Amino acid sequence: MRHRPLRTLLSVLLIAIPVTLILTLVGLSRGMIEESKQRTRGVGADIMVRPPGSSIISFTGAPIPQVLVKKLRQEPHVVLATGVIVFQVSGITSVSGIDLDEFNRMSGGFVYLEGGPFKGPDDILIDDFYAQQEKKHAGETINVLNRNWRVAGIFRSGKLARLVLPISVVQDLTGNTGKVSLIYLKVDQPSSINPVIASLKKQLEGYPIYPMQEYLSLLSVENVPALNSFIHVVVAISIVIGFAVVCLSMYMSVLQRTREIGILKSLGASRVYILQLIVTEAFLMGLFGTATGIFFTFGARWLILTLVPASLQQAIVPDWWPIAGLIALFASLLGALYPGFRAARQDPIEALAYE
Amino acid sequence: MSEAPIIQISGLRKIYRVGRVEVEALRGVDLDVVRGEFVAIVGPSGSGKSTLFHIVGGLTPATSGIVRIGGQEVGAMSDAQRTRLRKTTVSFVFQKFNLLPNLTAGDNIALARFLAGRNHGADPQFQDALKLLGIADRLRHKPSELSGGEQQRVAIARAVVNHPAILLADEPTGNLDTANSRAVLELLRDLNRRLGQTILMITHNPEAAAYGDRIVHMQDGRIVTTPAPT
Repeated sequence: MRHRPLRTLLSVLLIAIPVTLILTLVGLSRGMIEESKQRTRGVGADIMVRPPGSSIISFTGAPIPQVLVKKLRQEPHVVLATGVIVFQVSGITSVSGIDLDEFNRMSGGFVYLEGGPFKGPDDILIDDFYAQQEKKHAGETINVLNRNWRVAGIFRSGKLARLVLPISVVQDLTGNTGKVSLIYLKVDQPSSINPVIASLKKQLEGYPIYPMQEYLSLLSVENVPALNSFIHVVVAISIVIGFAVVCLSMYMSVLQRTREIGILKSLGASRVYILQLIVTEAFLMGLFGTATGIFFTFGARWLILTLVPASLQQAIVPDWWPIAGLIALFASLLGALYPGFRAARQDPIEALAYE
Repeated sequence: MSEAPIIQISGLRKIYRVGRVEVEALRGVDLDVVRGEFVAIVGPSGSGKSTLFHIVGGLTPATSGIVRIGGQEVGAMSDAQRTRLRKTTVSFVFQKFNLLPNLTAGDNIALARFLAGRNHGADPQFQDALKLLGIADRLRHKPSELSGGEQQRVAIARAVVNHPAILLADEPTGNLDTANSRAVLELLRDLNRRLGQTILMITHNPEAAAYGDRIVHMQDGRIVTTPAPT
């Protein structure tokens, strides 16, 4: 390896790519879900009422009549109730429409880093991540949902959404007047949560109603449709890439060292010894490739934080390092087998005559 | 009763197949070499000298005939046994030195010891051989930093480090100037005389052949003249 530094370096880099791919994908999945959990937790509610037939991950759309909020507020033990309308802006970014007073009472209020609450119907609140990504400050204009808004305030991230508008504005803009996407409830004491839910389930047939703790525990990679399958596909692609890279690299290596292999054989090196040399080299490349891939994951995270802090969140996932490492090593060893056997079976006389 | 020859070759034939053409490299070679003998094998290109070496060294199988090394028939050996033969009994010195370019001279020699499983402990006899070879102060250099003569001496050191019964030298002076050729040939003769090393040496050069105890002439895959071993 030391004697062919460029080939070794390229091989290590190419093995590192699938490792980075796996760790970044898993990190993104975990990071986004963890961040979503944190923002949901920031609402400060005890119970969530979702529309019938809705996905656990997405709330976009507004099928719940807003009058239900008022009705639920009158339930025994319920001290606060607020409806939120969620509308997808682009990709994974959505805007939430809230009743600011109700929301403040439930969540404890936004912490403003710049500016303050809405002052008019054209005002929008954005969180610090979105402000950083879009390079916006309070008082400036941004375009969301095909119209311009004045940034009234920039709040510290961690509550509900990145973009917040008055609920009536979002309802009107999206043609959902009098409708909400979900309802948050706060009860008088933790022991009231289950009795309130039991009572609500009797009244609201078909509505998924969760204690917030249970809902947060359901937010995981396993519960995101198709995400696990996608991760498996990336793992399979990574094995193929690792296999191809190492196979090619070791094949080149065996060709370049034909004469040296002949010399070793003339000195009495056995087939097993030659195979062992090739496999050991592939193993070391797999190991260095894994380490480099892990290092690149930190680079990917830095890039995401710098370029698109509001769109993507990537967690560092040390528990996946050994898995990604094993995948890289498995692919490397698989790739080394053919060149290794070829070298081991090389005719020593032909090898010694090789120029 | 005299000692049995360390190399016994009888009726040795080797046919190479090149595409559809069969090339008969050896056409019935008979040769005995006793322990401690220095035999020079002389002959033109294509006479079968190298093929004979490769078969004796277990690098390639014969088509027919018998080769016995120390009483063991090489043709009946498995691949693992032939590998062991190269590790412990037969060693090679090549015209092109064939040192591993990325290792120092010392590491080239150490590798041969390692492969033979003898990398532990001091070896006074080998230290004597190193003195004889005059390369003790060149062991930290890579082959590219050594002259042709020095490289060949390192190759000889590597060949004798495991005390093989037989040293096969294939044109050992073919890539050397006159002075270095003479030095290498004298070394081989010293190894033979002082340490009793059995040597088979291929050469084109009659002067080099004269260093041997016996000269065997080969032509067209046959031995044409060979006085009996004394």
